[in-house]
Amino acid sequence: MTGLRILLGAVILGGLGAAAPFTPLWLISLVTLAMSTGLVVCGLIILWRGGLVPFGQALFFATGAYTVALSGRWFGLTDAFLLIGLAVIMAALVAFVVGFLLAQYREIFFAMLSLALSMILYGVLVKSETLGSTDGINVTQASFFGLKPRGPGYTFALFWLALGMVFTAWVGVSAYLGSVAGQLAGAIRDNEIRVEYLGISVTRLVHLKLTISAALAGAGGALAALSISHVDPQMAYWTTSGGFVFVTILAGAASVPAAFLGALLFEIVRTIAVALLPGGWQLILGSVLLLTILFVPEGLGSLMIRKRAAVTEKGAA
Amino acid sequence: MSALLSVKGLEKTFGQVVAARDINVDVPQGQTVGIIGANGAGKTTFVNMITGHLAPSGGTIQFEGSDITGLPSRKIMRLGIARSFQVAQVFPTFSVFENLCAATAIARSGSSVVGAALSRFVSAETSADAETALDQFQMSPFRDALASTLPQGVRKLLDIAMATAGNPRVLLLDEPTSGISLEEKFGLMDVIMGALKARGTTILFVEHDMEIVQRFADRVLAFYDGTVIADGSPAVALGDERVREFITGTLIRSKDGSLNSSRASHA
Ligand SMILES: Nc1ncnc2c1ncn2[C@@H]1O[C@H](COP(=O)(O)OP(=O)(O)OP(=O)(O)O)[C@@H](O)[C@H]1O
Ligand SMILES: [Mg+2]
Repeated sequence: MTGLRILLGAVILGGLGAAAPFTPLWLISLVTLAMSTGLVVCGLIILWRGGLVPFGQALFFATGAYTVALSGRWFGLTDAFLLIGLAVIMAALVAFVVGFLLAQYREIFFAMLSLALSMILYGVLVKSETLGSTDGINVTQASFFGLKPRGPGYTFALFWLALGMVFTAWVGVSAYLGSVAGQLAGAIRDNEIRVEYLGISVTRLVHLKLTISAALAGAGGALAALSISHVDPQMAYWTTSGGFVFVTILAGAASVPAAFLGALLFEIVRTIAVALLPGGWQLILGSVLLLTILFVPEGLGSLMIRKRAAVTEKGAA
Repeated sequence: MSALLSVKGLEKTFGQVVAARDINVDVPQGQTVGIIGANGAGKTTFVNMITGHLAPSGGTIQFEGSDITGLPSRKIMRLGIARSFQVAQVFPTFSVFENLCAATAIARSGSSVVGAALSRFVSAETSADAETALDQFQMSPFRDALASTLPQGVRKLLDIAMATAGNPRVLLLDEPTSGISLEEKFGLMDVIMGALKARGTTILFVEHDMEIVQRFADRVLAFYDGTVIADGSPAVALGDERVREFITGTLIRSKDGSLNSSRASHA
């Protein structure tokens, strides 16, 4: 990624941040939530490019969210940066451990095994009183390097935090996608035997992808927990994972910014759908998914960078 | 004299099928070995065991004096033994150049996952390596063609070029000319050997065409029913009675011993 693109990204995000005080609070909250989804989808893109679709990414999302909630409840930690850091580490750690199993599998087996693991976490959360059971846990308001904004200030602070996370994820994920390991995703999808015979372990590459994607999902979960001020087992449920896959299809794997735009679109469509058809909003969401698959099978990102993707992504100099 | 590659008492059974029995071969540095044998004789199995694709049922494989028996293929690869495949293994959705870049980038990143995460895919060095390979294997006209659209011969070349990206000491080629028209076979082998001989790579290649074997091999290993029935210079091995009876199918009753160049008995 060029310095110019980084600068452009920083300017756009900075502009959004500056616009916050002139924006209705509900919209800021909505965008913050969309960004938390976008972070998870960023991670899914990494897996997706390697031909891997997890149906249980909520496992890491919930791990991040619960890390924030429990760190506050058990240890009285409130610093937002510290909480997010812990959430990322915990989610990555869980992925590192389950990765020894998951990275052995591909396709539907990978998808379903990941789903199974997330359902185990869901079951544990529902059954455990200490973890808040079905009611979940309230998240105490975070502080930012000692500052404790309240009211609208808190919403702004979280929004700016979200922008910072989006920027970090965008730069980091772009760097990863441009690395040898990142570019080998397509190679893994194409032909694992050849990759192995070039001397590199496919299982370890997949393990790495899973761990990075989980770190991003953990960050997304942490942001969601802070912005909703509450966590509950629903965050680990398969419909949450399904939502992430939905947005990934909507966004496509071609571009990182598309993950965030896709997530924003998803939140907006869902909000409108719920308002229009309170009992049957899934009908509208389903139709959007259907139309996406029919007319933009490569996702929104493909519309944004169709030409460039073909040339630079796989590495023609 | 110590051999670069040394195989002792190698065995492989698949249930009732014995695909390799008591194979003993020493290959010195720089030799080009032709491997012949009818279909199902165990040639691919032999290659698969050396490259770690299959674990032997018995025996040992030594490379540069150390035991590599049963190691995973990527570790063997990293030690310096590479291979191409009977059915070319490339990345179909990558262009030829991108395929080569993938190979050179992995080689440059030290073939480790950490190295691969920390090094850039697009770099001046990997591109230069890829250009060199493109040139050496004479694939420049196909530079930007998708691998899935390549003619069989070019795809084979690409497979081999990728295998050599890490500058292996030993290269095993499983039927590099299969599926290629008779007229093109020699040209293809010329390109391959031209690219590799200069590097001093030790080569073992499986081949059904005896003319190719005669022309390119310093030494011939003849496989029959999982064993090596003849091992020697092409003239000696191809002249062997049993080789002519079981493999080349040119057992003619003449006394002159001259080699008949009819094609191998493969289906
Ligand atoms: N994975 C396997 N499982 C069971 N049997 C196998 C396996 N691989 C090879 N064989 C058997 O081992 C024997 C040797 O097979 P191999 O593929 O090594 O022959 P080959 O000499 O390479 O033949 P070809 O010229 O057809 O490529 C054959 O009888 C084959 O059926
Ligand atoms: Mg074979």
